[in-house]
Amino acid sequence: MKTILYIIQKEFKQIFRNKGMLPIIFVLPLLQLVILSNAATFEVKHIKFGYIDNDHTSTSRALVEKFKASTYFDVLTDFPSEALASSAMLKGEVDVVLEIPHYFERDLQKEKYNTLGVTINAIDGAAAGVENVYVTQIVQRFNQNLKVELLQVSDQQIQPITIETIPLFWYNETLNYKTFMVPGILVLLVTMITLFLSGMNIVREKEIGTLEQINVTPIKKSQFIIGKLFPFWVIGMGLLTIGLILAKLIFNVPMLGSLPLMYLYTSIYILVILGIGLFISNFTETQQQAMFIAWFFTVIFILMSGLFTPIESMPKWAQLFTEFNPIKYFVEVMRMVMLKGSGFMDILPQLLKTLLYAITMNGLAVWSYKKIT
Amino acid sequence: MNNNKVIQVEGLTKMFGDFTAVNAITFDVKKGEIFGFLGANGAGKTTAMKMLIGISNPTSGKAKVAGFDVFTHAEDIKKNIGYMSQKFALYDDLTVKENITFFGGIYGLSRKRIKEKSTVLIEELGLEKVANKLVGSLPLGWKQKLSFSVSLLHDPKIVFLDEPTGGVDPITRRQFWEMIYKAADQGTTVFVTTHYMDEAEYCDRVSIMVDGKIEALDTPKKLKEQFNAETMNNVFLKLARG
Repeated sequence: MKTILYIIQKEFKQIFRNKGMLPIIFVLPLLQLVILSNAATFEVKHIKFGYIDNDHTSTSRALVEKFKASTYFDVLTDFPSEALASSAMLKGEVDVVLEIPHYFERDLQKEKYNTLGVTINAIDGAAAGVENVYVTQIVQRFNQNLKVELLQVSDQQIQPITIETIPLFWYNETLNYKTFMVPGILVLLVTMITLFLSGMNIVREKEIGTLEQINVTPIKKSQFIIGKLFPFWVIGMGLLTIGLILAKLIFNVPMLGSLPLMYLYTSIYILVILGIGLFISNFTETQQQAMFIAWFFTVIFILMSGLFTPIESMPKWAQLFTEFNPIKYFVEVMRMVMLKGSGFMDILPQLLKTLLYAITMNGLAVWSYKKIT
Repeated sequence: MNNNKVIQVEGLTKMFGDFTAVNAITFDVKKGEIFGFLGANGAGKTTAMKMLIGISNPTSGKAKVAGFDVFTHAEDIKKNIGYMSQKFALYDDLTVKENITFFGGIYGLSRKRIKEKSTVLIEELGLEKVANKLVGSLPLGWKQKLSFSVSLLHDPKIVFLDEPTGGVDPITRRQFWEMIYKAADQGTTVFVTTHYMDEAEYCDRVSIMVDGKIEALDTPKKLKEQFNAETMNNVFLKLARG
């Protein structure tokens, strides 16, 4: 036990003495939190909108007005011809082009029916889908007004029948994207920092030769590893704390669940990450190698964590794979506890899986750490 | 078993794939002896030493260090030996005192003992002024002396020194050997590898390794007679050139 304390003391001294690393540990992640949470958004806003009005009537102008009134569209141009609109889209000056046909108003009144042409830049398929929905909504609303007007003219007895859905957005009522992203990004920075630090730390001692010096002492493997990893565990918990405070202060993300539960889960989660880091460092000889391998895993884990894309929409094999992704569980728990106020029993499955993961990884790490080669 | 022998090696071999780095070496080291372990670069000195200090598993053979078998009781050996590697292996980003405290601590010395030891040690080395400076800022010679002292912190029975004076100026080398003699006088066995043949003359007995084998082993005086050479340097050249 005393031996472990000596190692912990040494590690902390080295961490806080390293003027280059300190900002990387504490400042960069928090900048990341602030910047990414604001920037990494799937909300589609400021859509570059153009239109070709072949009709030039009050109805067609009224339709265009609807788009101008929408907060989602930045109405850019009135294209005189389809060719000009196409070339603008090619240059990326416009994302959505609405084409109002000739005799739009006349045909609408005569035949009570007409079609509009909409062209959407679909390089980003997800954004294109959202843009399509916005366009449809605006056209539908316009349609209804029109119907009412037309009906009022022709027959005042018949009421238009409309079915409207009124969505209630639970757990994130205002559909605030930041509320969704902040807990996830908090997960990222806790994970990345602890993984990189622990992965590189032991390799670094290998590189400078001090590990050999440690290996000729009678120190026990477990003592050394606990002493080595504990400081990073503390740093991970510290990052979580600072992150949670910022989430509350800057983004006003709700914290519905219990904080102790959050900390309980994170304390186990960080053990998983430290175990992985140590495991990597046991199989690498230089910090670069460790860095690349750690990076490889982080990228896969992050992209398959459900942080940016829903796991439900992944193919079956990929969904199966995410079962082995610790970040997935952390993202789930973070969002459940913070946004839904989930309790201990709700996150128990994730907690148990993470615990099992922690035991496995650290077992492997201790096993693969060899004092004798 | 002869209690006087603190290192007993018999047919110790280390293979890396097809390559035999250490080829069935056999020798003994007596208590309190300064044993010089010589050889050209790549002769297998460091590999042999790593097996003796319990950080490399031998392929075959027998070896006992401080009475413990290297195959089965490597961790017990580690309690009884000190080691100074050819690469400086204290922490550059810790101060002199902190390094002493850390290594004292992991060898299980009490706080009180560590305090006493570090006071004495710093005084002996004349490092009072830099005791609270980072080790990384010290000149190499000072680092090496500190490193040696740290390897003796826990009063080991045997201390293994792997090219301790590499890159060090003649005056510091002199001082270093004085420290080695002092440790030997106090009963510590010293196992030292070196490239400097004048240093070989300071050893009680010397072994010379060539291509993984021990080709000569005796006192410097007898080796010189045996090879009809004036200096250890000539002995070494005759052997190493084949």
